[in-house]
This record gives sequence, structure tokens and C-alpha cells, in this order.
Amino acid sequence: MDKDINIKIKVWRQDGPKVKGRFETYELKNISQGSSFLEMLDILNEQLINEGGSPVVFDHDCREGICGMCSLYINGHPHGPDEDITTCQLHMRKFKEGETITIEPWRSAGFPVIKDLMVDRSAYDKIIQAGGYVSVNTGGTPDANSILIPYEDAEMAMDAAACVGCGACAATCKNGSAMLFVSAKVSQFALLPQGRPEAARRAKAMVAKMEELGFGNCTNTGACEVECPKSISITNIARLNREYLCAKFKD
Amino acid sequence: MTQIDNKKIDSKIPQGTLEGKWTNYKDHQKLVNPANKRRLDVIVVGTGLAGASAAASLGEMGFNVLNFCIQDSPRRAHSIAAQGGINAAKNYPNDGDSVYRLFYDTIKGGDYRAREANVYRLAEVANEIIDQCVAQGVPFARDYGGLLDNRSFGGAQVSRTFYARGQTGQQLLLGAYSSLSRAVHKKQVKLFTRREMLDLVMIDGRARGILVRNLVTGEIERYAAHAVVIATGGYGNTFFLSTNAMTSNGSAAWQCYKKGAMFANPCMTQIHPTCIPVHGEFQSKLTLMSESLRNDGRIWVPKKLEDAVAIREGKLRPTDIKEENRDYYLERRYPAFGNLVPRDVASRAAKERCDAGYGVGNTGLAVYLDFADAIQRLGKDVVEARYGNLFQMYEKIVDDNPYQTPMMIYPAIHYTMGGVWVDYELMTSIPGCFCIGEANFSDHGANRLGASALMQGLADGYFVLPYTIQNYLSDQINVPRFKTDAPEFEQAEKEINDRVERLMNIKGTHSVDYIHKKLGHIMWDFVGMGRDAEGLKKAIADIKELKKEFWSDLRIPGDKDKLNVELEKALRLADFIEIGELMAHDALDREESCGGHFRLEYQTPDGEALRNDEKFAYVSCWEYQGEDKDPMMAKEPLDYEFVVRQQRNYKA
Amino acid sequence: MRWLINSPIGRKFVMSLTGLGLVLFALFHAAMNFVYLISPEAYNAICNFLGANWYAIIATIGLFALFGIHIIYAIILSLQNRKARGNDRYAVAGRQKGVSWASMNMLLIGLAILAFLVMHMVHFWSKMQMIEVGHYILGMEHLDTSRAADGAYHIASVFSNPIACIIYIIGVFALWLHMTHGFWSGMQSLGFSNNVWLPRIKVLSAIIATITCLLFVAIPLVYLFGIK
Repeated sequence: MDKDINIKIKVWRQDGPKVKGRFETYELKNISQGSSFLEMLDILNEQLINEGGSPVVFDHDCREGICGMCSLYINGHPHGPDEDITTCQLHMRKFKEGETITIEPWRSAGFPVIKDLMVDRSAYDKIIQAGGYVSVNTGGTPDANSILIPYEDAEMAMDAAACVGCGACAATCKNGSAMLFVSAKVSQFALLPQGRPEAARRAKAMVAKMEELGFGNCTNTGACEVECPKSISITNIARLNREYLCAKFKD
Repeated sequence: MTQIDNKKIDSKIPQGTLEGKWTNYKDHQKLVNPANKRRLDVIVVGTGLAGASAAASLGEMGFNVLNFCIQDSPRRAHSIAAQGGINAAKNYPNDGDSVYRLFYDTIKGGDYRAREANVYRLAEVANEIIDQCVAQGVPFARDYGGLLDNRSFGGAQVSRTFYARGQTGQQLLLGAYSSLSRAVHKKQVKLFTRREMLDLVMIDGRARGILVRNLVTGEIERYAAHAVVIATGGYGNTFFLSTNAMTSNGSAAWQCYKKGAMFANPCMTQIHPTCIPVHGEFQSKLTLMSESLRNDGRIWVPKKLEDAVAIREGKLRPTDIKEENRDYYLERRYPAFGNLVPRDVASRAAKERCDAGYGVGNTGLAVYLDFADAIQRLGKDVVEARYGNLFQMYEKIVDDNPYQTPMMIYPAIHYTMGGVWVDYELMTSIPGCFCIGEANFSDHGANRLGASALMQGLADGYFVLPYTIQNYLSDQINVPRFKTDAPEFEQAEKEINDRVERLMNIKGTHSVDYIHKKLGHIMWDFVGMGRDAEGLKKAIADIKELKKEFWSDLRIPGDKDKLNVELEKALRLADFIEIGELMAHDALDREESCGGHFRLEYQTPDGEALRNDEKFAYVSCWEYQGEDKDPMMAKEPLDYEFVVRQQRNYKA
Repeated sequence: MRWLINSPIGRKFVMSLTGLGLVLFALFHAAMNFVYLISPEAYNAICNFLGANWYAIIATIGLFALFGIHIIYAIILSLQNRKARGNDRYAVAGRQKGVSWASMNMLLIGLAILAFLVMHMVHFWSKMQMIEVGHYILGMEHLDTSRAADGAYHIASVFSNPIACIIYIIGVFALWLHMTHGFWSGMQSLGFSNNVWLPRIKVLSAIIATITCLLFVAIPLVYLFGIK
């Protein structure tokens, strides 16, 4: 059964991108274990506002684990200690009475801090803009059933497409690499006949953009896969490598 | 009493047969030639299914598009959270589906309060949406033969719902987002993220630009264009607790209303029957469980009051209740549709049981959704393949295993059918201001069927607006680009600054959320699932009081010209309070029950909605009259030419 | 071919090819060493066969190149990755389940192996092939080549010291750590992996690393426990 617990929150405060940040510790009493982690932060903010302080800034939106807006490095793990979920789906029953919870922003050169726990992840959009699409205009497309796609391929493409673009992969990677994110999109389209015509171009363009934006090199530690809230597999990275190498050798 | 404006409303429905109207329109509308498109700027606010698809399509056509979103990326728009699927009458399963049938089901599902021509067009373009999405690489579910798979959804007797696991909204949005990204790459669309629209700027009676707040820097920015498209979704967060995302808000639409756009059917809100029940005062939002669960799950409460009491007190577990002591009330009341009745019907039936004392959970505000039969019939593996991610989601939130004990669900605010009034061209009553997706009122009448929101958003964005907007823009080709230092922009910015200043200077004692929760309680209690005249009048009075409290006792920490989340929330809440009041006005005016609007005074002896077609077969179109003045209403009559209205019957 | 330097996957391609080449070398080397335990004479025959013969010299140059490129790329990649990580470090850095310690510390392990390698080359290569090359090819006739092809003698003299045995065992253990991650990681970087093969390649990686390293440690173990 869910109980009420008292906890300490050690949270990263940083006023702006160029300002030096610091940790602040706050005490919270009688937090229901049935509440979500972000609700706990709401309560903290309500408390801070009532005390005349400034609330902690953090990104969040759908609060049901699909929009990818929430981030937070909680006790050394992106999206906290639970598995296969985003921070907004994390609940306080994963924490104990008296525990000190450390909350940090994503720390990666690719994701500069905007304020407190909010970071700039527009780099991921730029990578998609470089080639993460099938080039079709609106209208004039063939009947949906004219393209046959084997069940297994569709399922694998869906597995890869489940990525929510939260950035946990690059945030947790000791190399600050965005390979899992890039490979998920490249894989989704590489597996589908619609995506094949520009598969080579896509892989090259997205990898080049990733490099340009300063993300690191993958050394296959597999930490990204473990921390990914959507369990995107690193076999997608192998597929990306394959696509990229084949494309380069064809040139 | 509602003040009535007797003006005649022109919804610009084209001539011709039901099937011929859209073709007829396209054949005769004015177009803009490619050279002129380059000279025309279009602002699209929002990057959900409607906004992203419209921005991408307009960009591809050659218009200069400026696209705004409130989140850090267009991919986060709340369309992403739609789970179940998207409807289209492809008739792939060969179960007798047709465009007409999809049209008819949607009209009937909407309780005959939507426009026939709009809904038919929606059904007509739905097939193209599926083709478009497949071409984009959306990984819809497929059969072993490689063809697309369909599932069934509430309110229909055919399987016409295309899906991508429980993440259809996500996949469709990512499809639109990828097209949008391509357009950004090709410099057809300029993207502005972390911006929130605060005002619509009008020049000479036409929409010519917007003001946005840069949510990172706190600066007010000005953007001008030849036309403005609002695609900012619904206003369900008026209730504080809803399945909407935290930043989902009604402000953009509301600013249009205040600038002269009519607001239609504001009381039409949809309560989704399958959400995870509220568990405490600190709750920040409600989580939806896909309607598709009702395909295999059976909804029940205990038959005996004492069992229900024992369950609430924790003395009995649901699995302790014997089969004969369970009341599968949907199957009992609606044998033909059973657990697959439309959302409004399912929600009300749950409320009826809970109000009668049969509710479960520690609050008594929950019913069971049971998969024991399905697991026995299909095996755990099949159930897991179909609903695994939903079950996992439920378990993470509630800490209960739905494979073993039934899920608990309760209705929650989910979608708003009402919205900015638009004509057949999706243009609001302000020339040059268009409104698409959930933000407009157009296609769902009094109730939206499952898997139709995605259909409408994409239909508007891909296939309707890119045509109809040209009919307007073709007259604008000689209008030069606007400068943002025009006096109208100056004036609008001054008004925004005054408003912000006023908010910052209240320096009261309560946080935004504190007041928003109070608004939520008023809305849920009096403008929720069951409404009556007395309650609605009380709601209007209470909201007026709350508005005073808001403007006199609010506390916003921080600075106005920096990143300030509380200020953002305050600006939204100021509008929600006014939206809430208008909803109550509309609900009070509509003395009938239809779809999501249920007036306790108007029901059949067995508790079904009692519509009044003679008096209320109209769209209520509200017009802003000024600060602290009651709004006026104009009526757009819904003259049905093709469909005969009947009482909705899901019993036989 | 600039992509081999300019792109992350190109760099990893080079890293993988050189790494897998070195795995092959290690396997051969270990197999040859093992011959010593069966027959020191046969082992010396191999030493004779290699020595300063042209093919052995070419192979040695190739080997140096493999090592050199592998190490240079490792340093470049690590520096880039540090930069990509940003200036702020996590105050609390959790361990991820299933992520091997080796994979997180490949550079460190690699540097340990490099140090070990230098010692190893002082012990053997500097007294064998280097002498022969100096004597026969560079004309440094004062170098004494009488023991240059007598690998068995050098093994006996190095491993008669138990401390050397222990250092070698530690060095080989570092190599084992490096190889267990290195082999499958290399295959992954070359794109030879999918849902079915990833677990298989990981097992293969462990098997190859273990066999190679068991063959290597056999000699120091034998000396340490005085079996020989």
C-alpha cells in the first residue's frame, strides 16, 4: 500500500545558460507514494512559491510518457530508477522514507542548460531535418495497400519508431553520442520499402548533421539501450552502421 | 437569459449533392499560381496533427510558412498521446464499410449536431489520409500477408480503425513532423519553438499577424502574414484535471474570440470513459487508457451494494466477487453495442452506477474493466500483444497488475468538440483567420467518435485547408508583406504588456495552480457529465467570483521579461476562467441533452439523453461583447438535407 | 576517403578493423606461445621461421601500423567524446544494469595494455627480432644474435621471476577485458549485428577472448606454480 513519506530533494539550480549552477536542497513532508515524481515537483514548487522563492524549472508536457518532453537525471539515471518509463511516469513509491533524491539536468554538450533542469534539445530536431523523413509531398500517393510490408519488418520498424526523442540516450552516454536516436529513425525507414529509395542519402545526411552538432562517437557501451524509456535496441545502431558503410562504399 | 443576435450566418456550404459538394468546391474555387505563392506569408500556430500537416503542405505548395509551437519541438504536440487509431472507410476488411457509412456513423455519433457537408468531406478525404501516412513511412499494424490491419472502435459496427500499436497518434504525428522537418530543411517553413501566441493582430478588419511570447527569453515577438491559421487544440484543461497535456490551452482560440471570431458550441466537451481514476488532491493530470481496451475488456460493478461498500473499504477484492454478482451494466443496457457504445454513453453509464453507490476503488469513483474473459478466450499472449503497453502503463501508475485484477477506470475530460466557429472553408468569422483541428468546432457535433480526432486533424491539415485557404489568398496576391512596426502591432503589444504588468502587480497570496484547481472543481461539479440549470447558474456566479479572486489574490514569482513558467500559466488561466464561464452560458442555453452535453432535466425515463431537434438543431455561435459583459449568441441552423434525425439507439 | 576521419561511423570503422586485426594477431600469438609448453624446440623453430625474414618484417610493420592507428584513433575518439560530454559532470552517476565495466573503460584498459606491451617488448622483441634486424639489415654487427631466435631461452629467463609471471597474468587479464568488449563492439560497428546475432556475437566475443587469454596465461601460470 502507498504511504506518505518525508524526503529531501537535492536539485540543480542554474539561472541561465552561461551562469554557474549549484545544488540546492529542499525538504518535503508527507509526500504520498501514490503521486508521480512530477507531482512531487509540483508540490515542491507550490511550497517554494508560498515561501516567496522561485519555482524549479523543468520540462514536461503530456505526463503520460509519450511526448518525450520530460527529462531529469534522477539519482544517477535518466528518467529515474524505474525501467522502461519516462520521468513523468515515475512514481514516488520507488523512493524510501528519509531518502535524499538528487535531480540533475541532462548534461551533454549537445543539450545546453536553459534554466535549472530545462535543457535545449533542438539539436535532435536539426538531425531529423537533415534527412529523417520520406520525401513525399501531400497528395498523389498510391493506395495504402498497394505497398506490401512483411509483418516482421513492420513490427521492427514500429519498435524503432517508438522513440520519443527525449534525449536520455545522449544524456546517459559517456561519449555524449546520439547514435541510438539517429539509428532509430534511420532503421524505421530502412526497414520499410517507402524509405528505401533515399536510405543511403538519409543515413549520410543524418550522421553528418550529428557530427556537425558535436555529438560523440558510439563505443557500444549499451547504456543508452538500458536507459531508453522505450527500450530502443542497439541493434538499430548496427543497422545504421551497415546502412552508412554500404552507402559510403557505393560512392 | 441569453441575448440573441439574429444575424444570418453564412457557412458557405457549396451547392450540389452530398457526394458532390467537395468536388464541386474544388472545381470552382480560386487558386494561387506558383509565382504568387512565394509572395504570400501564412502563419500556422501549433504543430499537432492539424498544424504540422497544414504547415508542411502549405510549405510544399510554395507559400512562405511561419510555424509556431509551445514546446521545445513540434514532435511533442499533444496529438502524440492519441492511442487507439484513425478511422477511414477503406473497407479493407470487407465488412460493408463505405464513405457514406463513415459519414453517417460520425453524424449519428455526434448526435446530429454537426454539419452534414463538413462531415461528409471528412469521411471522403479519410482514405487519402491513410495513403498519405503509409507513403510517409508510418508503421501501421499489418497482417502476415503484408496488408494493413484494422480494429473496431466505439460507435461503429465495422472495423475501420487503422492503428500502430497503442501509439497511433504518436506515429501519425511523427509522420506529419517528418514532413514538416523536410519543409523546414527546404526552407519552405520557418519554425519557431517555445513560443506561445498571446494575441491576434488585425489590420483593416483582417487577421494579419500574431504576437507571441518567447518562453525562453520572455520577450514579446511580432510576426506578420497574409493569413493566420490557428491549430492550437482544445480547451479541456479548463477543468484543471483532464487527459490533455500540461501546456494544452485555449488561449490562442480565445484571443481570436476576443478579436471578433465566434466561438461555437463551447459546452460540447467529451468525457472519456476509460481513464485512470483520480487518486488525490495533488493530482496534476489524468491518464487515458485507450478506448480500444473496450474491444476485449468487460466493464462491470458489483451487483450488490454491500459488495461495493466492502470493496471500497478494502475488505473484498474484485476477484472475490462471483460472476453472478457482477453487473456488466453496458452489456445489460445496450445489448447491441455492449461495451462498445460511444464515449458519452459509456461515461454517463459509469457515472450513473457510481452515483447510485456501486462505484469501487477507495473513492467510490471507479468501475472495473476486466480482461479475465479475454485472457481465457484469447490467451495471455494475444492480450499482451494487443494491449501490453497499456497494461504496463497502468501498472506503473496504479501499482496493480491488470492481468490478474481488473483495471479501475473512471471518466475524465478528454476532448472539446466545441471551438472557434468556422465556415466550410475553415475560416473563422475574422477574414484571413483560419482554425483547424480540435481548435475549431466543425465536425464532431455534440460527441466525437473514437479514432475520429486524428482523422479530422489530418483531414483539415493535409487535404482541406491547403485548398480552401487559397480561395482567400487569391485575393491577397497584390497585398505587400506587412511590417511589424505598424500601429496595430504597437497597440497589440502595449495591451499585452499592460495585461502582463497587471498580473505581475497583483502580488497576492495564491499560486496559479491553487486557483486553477478551484476552477476545475466548479467545472467538474456543475459543467461536467451531468448539468442542470440551477448548477449552471451557480457555476457562472462562482466563476465570476473566482475571476475576482484571480485578479486580486494571485502570486506570480519572478520577472516578466525572463523565462517565467508561473506567468505563462497565469496568462492561460486568465483565459480558462473566461472560457469556463462561456461554457456554462452555452450549457445553460442548450435546454436539451445531446452527446457530451447532458442536462439532467432532459432525459428519457430510462436515463438516456433527450434531444430536442425542434428547438436546438443549431450551432450556438457566441460573440464577445467586451470585458465583464455577457456574450451574445447567434444561431447557425443545422438544416439536414440528407440524413433523417433519429434518437441514437445503441440498444438494438 | 575523408569520411574515415570526418565521420563518427568512419572513425569507428577504422577502430573496428584495426581492433579485429589485432584480435586475430593475439589469437595467433597465443597459439604460437602455447606451442612452447608442448615443445620448446618446435617453438624455437617458429621463432627461427619468423626472425628477420622479409615476410616477418612486413608483418611486423603492419602490426605496428595496426597498433599505432588503433591507439591514435582511440585517443582522438576519446578526446572528441569528452568534449561531446560537456564540461559539467553528473554528481551522481548510476551504473546501468547489463553494461560491462570494460565497455565503459576501454581507453583506460587499453592504456594499461599498452604499458604492459612496452614491458613485454623489452622482454622479448628487443632481444629477438630487433637484434636480428639490427644485425642483418642495419649492419650493426656488434649485436649478438646467438640468442635472438631462442625464444624458449627468453621465456625461461623472464618467467623464472614470479613477479614477472604475476605482471603478465594481470596484463593478460586487461587484454581479456579489452577483448570481451572489443570483439563484439567491432562487429557491431561494422554492422554485423541484429536482434538474433547480437547475443550470439557477444557470446562469441567472450569465447574468443577467453581462449586467447587462456593460451597466453598458460606459460606464466605453469612457471608460477612450478610445474615447469
